Amino acid sequence: MNPEIVDANEAVAAVAHLLSEVIAIYPITPASSMGEHADQWSARGHANLWGAVPDVIEMQSEAGAAGALHGAVLRGAMATTFTASQGLLLMLPEMFKIAGELTPTVIHVAARSVATHALSIFGDHSDVMAARSTGFTMLCAGGVQEAADMAAVAHTVTLETRVPVLHFFDGFRTSHELNTVRVPDADVLRAMVSDERISEHRLRGLDPDRPVLRGSAQNPDVFFQAREACTPFHAAVPAAVQDAMDRFAGLTGRQYHLVDYHGAPDADRVIVVMGSGAGAVREAVDALNGAGARVGVLALRLFRPFPTEQLLAALPPSVRTVVVLDRCKEPGAPFEPLHLDVLSALWHSDAGSWADGLRPRVIGGRYGLSSKEFTPAMVKAVFDEALADAPKNPFTIGIVDDVSHTSLAWDPTFRTDHAKVRAVFYGLGSDGTVGANKNTAKIIGGNTEMSVQAYFVYDSKKSGSTTVSHVRVDEQPIDSSYLIDQATFVGVHQWNLLETLDVLSVAAPGATVLLNAPYPADQVWDRLSADVQQQMLDKAVRVFTIDAAAVARGAGLGGRINTVMQACFFSLSGVLPQDEAMRELKGAIQKSYGARGDIVVERNIAAVDESLAHLYELPLGSEVTSSRHRRPAVPAGAPDFVQRVTARMLAGEGDLLPVSALPPDGAFATATSQWEKRTIATEIPIWEPDLCIDCGKCAIVCPHAAIRMKVYEPGELDTVGVDIKTKDFRSREVPGMKLTIQVAPDDCTGCGVCVQACPAHDKTSVKRKSINMRPIGEHLDDERVAWDAFLRVESADPAQWDPASVKTSQLRRPLFEFSGACAGCGETPYLKLLTQLFGDHTLIANATGCSSIYGGNLPTTPYAVDDDGRGPAWANSLFEDNAEFGLGIRLGFEAQRRTALSIVERLRPQLDAALGAAAVEALLAGVDDNGEVPIREQRARVDALRAALRGIEGVDALRLLDLAGTLVRKSVWIVGGDGWAYDIGAGGLDHVLGSGRDVNILVLDTEVYSNTGGQASKATPRGAVAKFAAGGKGIMKKDLGLEAMTYGDVYVARVALGASDVQTVKALLEAEAWPGVSLVIAYSTCIAHGFDMSRSMTQQKLAVQSGHWPLYRYRPSGDDDAQPFQLDSAEPSVDYAEFASSEARFGMLARSDPERSKELVDLARTDVTTRYEYYRQLADVHRSAPGHASDTTIADSEDEQ
Amino acid sequence: MTDLTTRYLGLELRSPLVASAGPLTGDPSMWDRIEQAGAGALVLPSLFEEQIEHESFAASFAYEHGVDMHGEASSYLPDLPMGEVGPARHLDLVEQARERLSIPVIASLNGTSPGGWVRYAKHLADAGAHAIELNLYDVVVDPEITSADVERRYVELVEEVRAEIGVPLAVKLGPWFTALGNFAVRLQDAGADGLVLFNRLYQPDIDLDHLSVVPRLTLSSSSESRLPLHWIANLRGALRCSLAATTGVHDGADALKLLLVGADVVMTTSALLRHGPEHLQAMERFMRDWMHEREYDSVDELRGSVSRENVPDPQVYERANYYHVLHSWAPGPRR
Repeated sequence: MNPEIVDANEAVAAVAHLLSEVIAIYPITPASSMGEHADQWSARGHANLWGAVPDVIEMQSEAGAAGALHGAVLRGAMATTFTASQGLLLMLPEMFKIAGELTPTVIHVAARSVATHALSIFGDHSDVMAARSTGFTMLCAGGVQEAADMAAVAHTVTLETRVPVLHFFDGFRTSHELNTVRVPDADVLRAMVSDERISEHRLRGLDPDRPVLRGSAQNPDVFFQAREACTPFHAAVPAAVQDAMDRFAGLTGRQYHLVDYHGAPDADRVIVVMGSGAGAVREAVDALNGAGARVGVLALRLFRPFPTEQLLAALPPSVRTVVVLDRCKEPGAPFEPLHLDVLSALWHSDAGSWADGLRPRVIGGRYGLSSKEFTPAMVKAVFDEALADAPKNPFTIGIVDDVSHTSLAWDPTFRTDHAKVRAVFYGLGSDGTVGANKNTAKIIGGNTEMSVQAYFVYDSKKSGSTTVSHVRVDEQPIDSSYLIDQATFVGVHQWNLLETLDVLSVAAPGATVLLNAPYPADQVWDRLSADVQQQMLDKAVRVFTIDAAAVARGAGLGGRINTVMQACFFSLSGVLPQDEAMRELKGAIQKSYGARGDIVVERNIAAVDESLAHLYELPLGSEVTSSRHRRPAVPAGAPDFVQRVTARMLAGEGDLLPVSALPPDGAFATATSQWEKRTIATEIPIWEPDLCIDCGKCAIVCPHAAIRMKVYEPGELDTVGVDIKTKDFRSREVPGMKLTIQVAPDDCTGCGVCVQACPAHDKTSVKRKSINMRPIGEHLDDERVAWDAFLRVESADPAQWDPASVKTSQLRRPLFEFSGACAGCGETPYLKLLTQLFGDHTLIANATGCSSIYGGNLPTTPYAVDDDGRGPAWANSLFEDNAEFGLGIRLGFEAQRRTALSIVERLRPQLDAALGAAAVEALLAGVDDNGEVPIREQRARVDALRAALRGIEGVDALRLLDLAGTLVRKSVWIVGGDGWAYDIGAGGLDHVLGSGRDVNILVLDTEVYSNTGGQASKATPRGAVAKFAAGGKGIMKKDLGLEAMTYGDVYVARVALGASDVQTVKALLEAEAWPGVSLVIAYSTCIAHGFDMSRSMTQQKLAVQSGHWPLYRYRPSGDDDAQPFQLDSAEPSVDYAEFASSEARFGMLARSDPERSKELVDLARTDVTTRYEYYRQLADVHRSAPGHASDTTIADSEDEQ
Repeated sequence: MTDLTTRYLGLELRSPLVASAGPLTGDPSMWDRIEQAGAGALVLPSLFEEQIEHESFAASFAYEHGVDMHGEASSYLPDLPMGEVGPARHLDLVEQARERLSIPVIASLNGTSPGGWVRYAKHLADAGAHAIELNLYDVVVDPEITSADVERRYVELVEEVRAEIGVPLAVKLGPWFTALGNFAVRLQDAGADGLVLFNRLYQPDIDLDHLSVVPRLTLSSSSESRLPLHWIANLRGALRCSLAATTGVHDGADALKLLLVGADVVMTTSALLRHGPEHLQAMERFMRDWMHEREYDSVDELRGSVSRENVPDPQVYERANYYHVLHSWAPGPRR
């Protein structure tokens, strides 16, 4: 076993793949990459320990994966799965079954927060704690090496004991941390797992040659006894685990115990902890004991069955206070689960076994929820609290709880991080910084005796996201399970980050700072802000600067700066001798880029050679010379909450916000993305009014609502005081108006989709369009002024224009703006359009996925409000339940409306008197009125109703005041991606499709699970590669629209904005108008398709032209001669191969397996022609929508009497 | 029996009809048919340095696309081995052709960088090509670059490649050189064993619906063979190196004419695409019949017999010819 630089997910998957015959998977962060590795290894033919390639199958949900796992192991196969968080919760019913049937298997869990008031993808133990009653053995790993080793122990133990094992480690902190690891190899695993046990397991498997029945139903006479029959098996687990650990130590030299104590043998205070947090505690223990304290830490590896005996044996008898740290919160419980277990163990211990004959005091607290930092300084605070006569119990550590006052204060200057090299790198997701640092870690780990650790922090944006890489190098193994805050090296890979983040706050005094500056070295100092200059002087850092983009361009690498910055790091950090470092870096380039051809290797090597020649040390001035300060996170005019709370999050200071700053129920104000000025574009679109034909295409395709159309009275510009571009608006309905198209320069991502969509050319030079990308530096100041003025321009009432055209739809204000979606995102234009058309009266139920992340991930929210404060009300429940959740919202609304109507009937005399009978009749008649003007009129009636109610006595009037809003039409839009609609939510979606209720469903079909990184769904087309379909999807995409049509009363549309914006607008309007269920399936180009996203819309057009995505609308009608199906796209006119060759998802297969690619593309070509022909025939079919029976209530028998 | 053998680039060919670089010669399933139809040699499609570069960066795009950008997705596409990026597939084609065919296999190369020409020429020679054809296909639009610059660059290129490879070297040219005679001699002196006249420049078209420039590839016609015919006739006497005629060779008559003016071989692509490899048999049959009727025993006998130096009035190949053509063509009567 040679050391490798891998993260826990890869190490664990390697062990699991070798020890499994069946691997059932489903993507979920942060466990997805375990399944991805397993899938790729099987796709490449890597065999398991028994010489066969494991069958890796992606299921429709974690519940499905657990079901398949259950079947496989009950048949006697060696099977496993990987999951986290909600995924684990979906597996719980199967886990009870699997454990109850004493069937060996291992579930590897990258432990993650369970969604409560909010979703969080980050790590804690709330998911695994929810599984503690399943009967699974629960084995916890505290670091990357441990995770690899515990995986081996878990697979061994489950066979030995027949009790299935849940093996868990901390999501992200361990699952995604690169570290120097020796992954147990096949020889070790072969020596660990017993052939005899495997044979027994196989012979217990379901087999008609020796039939048994599993899963019987039992009655009160025997169930209890039978349930107790398994007790000896669970009782045998602790010894079996220790035995496996001991055998593992014999094979590898790495000895583990069920609990491992570290610290003073005569400790008076001991912390009990599970998972990666033990690393920080060990460091603190050593430091404190070195200063004369007597403290210790007990790291727990086996959590279930709880190792009471071993825990008691491991604790020093001298201990007076045991502090139990739980990485979860169980509201309402006396204490968190581990605390209660330890308390129970100590309560039942023999008092005489403790010094002074007294059982130790047990206190406990919560730490580290959702990957909250947990540092040695916090550990010290916990130990200090344990000295108090009346300590807080329970307490929290790592936050400031100014509401319940549970938190402990800590001294952040207490530090124990002694790694020789502590480097922090700030970059963008798109600049390769993280990749370069992973590569750096591998170079150091692979070429020196030193240990290396690399951990990466990402923000929640998908475009322009910031990454922070934390890299430690040391002679000793590194288990510092927290971020670096005293860096010896700080790399700032993007100059703009100096403006938005306090990047030097992590620099230790005397640190080396490397700046990628797009300026000559002699100009760099003067271009720094006063804040940065001051920090540089205060910390006496050495600063080096390079124009990395220029060096990269010179080497023919475009703007790809990763190799340049990597070379500079090696040169400056001294982690390797310079010559050796450059040699190894070039070797790594050959290894990393070799598969891409000599030219790529040569250019990267040239970049390395050029880097050092362009690296300059920046002489620091003696004093601050700049008068400029960093831009505030939000403008001064932002609302109070945004100033107090959101701004801190944007500045990277969210950790400092106290509990009182945050809403207790997760309800946040919308319309906050407008305050987050990211300025991430390098080019922005500039409008040329003289060429504009008022078509609105630039605005409708803009994924970030950063291009707006406004039509206004001619004199309106006089009121804004700024000379902004304008032109006459061509309109037959309302002539004489003026038009401005304006970019929001700080919100544009520079994707260029608008320019691609613009059809208006200069007749004298076709390259000049009505909208053109221009360098932001040349236009930012002017466009900022223009944007501010544009916002002040009072728009003409858009209701004057029918929204059914592309152009007039864009006169409506988007109520979805400036999201963090990818540049060029194919999903967001649909959402934006939806909010333009219906946003002021829409409730959105949003399935988990990309649309819930760019739609609802803090710090800011893109859903916005109009001038009246109305806008989409948005909620995310889960991934799997979204259709049902949305239906529930509808049912809730309808129930409230029924109540409101019944009160109106009861108050009719008073209301008639106050409003007039005709007005009340109009009010009642208008409850379902649709359209801008009718809704506006109904709102006026409701306002009048409210006014009247204030003059009416009684509880009914008060209740109706609450419910009066339900008398105005509200739409429910159920939104989600294909992973939800085609897979995990398909059952619920089908049920809602059959409900006949007035809900609208928008499926943003990217044909993969986009949010988790492009795993295949049932929407993935034939011939495309995707994760979990690395060999190319062999079967056709599911036709969700056809499924929905079978009900006969569901409005169904298949749209692609880039192919037909007119049809898209029509479809959304028709769906909204249809009083039953509507389903709109929207083709959404995605970064996972593998093409330049500036072509997002033209690619959609190609998809339609090739037949990949035919457009249609199925409009149910009760007419006897109805022909509901209308085919909206022409017969395929572009060869499918041409479409396929334009996207890497197809092209990769053409390179990796040309024969299969050709076979699949040929089949796909047949698919599209056959489908088109089928649709063409459907268009001729006459079908009347099924009638709906009226609602009934069963008469109460007593009433009948 | 009429002897059709010829010598080209120092190679003995059984026939002067050569299947030129194109989709057919790049398809191994066509090779046997081409050989059986009587081709004297086969020129594989060009290895384009630009294409290799494009493929490399396309592979990089796929590998790096969306990688490490977001905490939930370390990448968006599976990490697949995408096969060999670079010249390997093309070199494999050369090796296969060399193994499968008994006729000489000529590898064609279009480079973009000085180092690229030499490197890939060596790769092709090492892969077993009997000869290398340097396909000087370049559209020089930079107004700062003079014709002398272009010619000097090409001559140096030939010298550099010549110095590095041992197999025969042909140079394929476009017709747009101001003083082609001088340039041809300089290429020969730089080490070219033969010239291939001429390359066709693929000219783009305009899409009137979208006002966009679109690539448009059309097959050649017989009339296009006049250009190589004209120049081979003029150059034959001035050059000792081999001459290959290409562009517009569609039938036996075209081939014979080009041989008569001095070509050592004639190359055809469009005709084979139109009619299939077996069209070579028809061309050969026509040539044999024509030669038999006129009692030519061999290609050697007729080669160059109507070149500029062998016709009674050489001026027909010069400007006077232009004058004559203009005055011999009369429009039809107006209607």
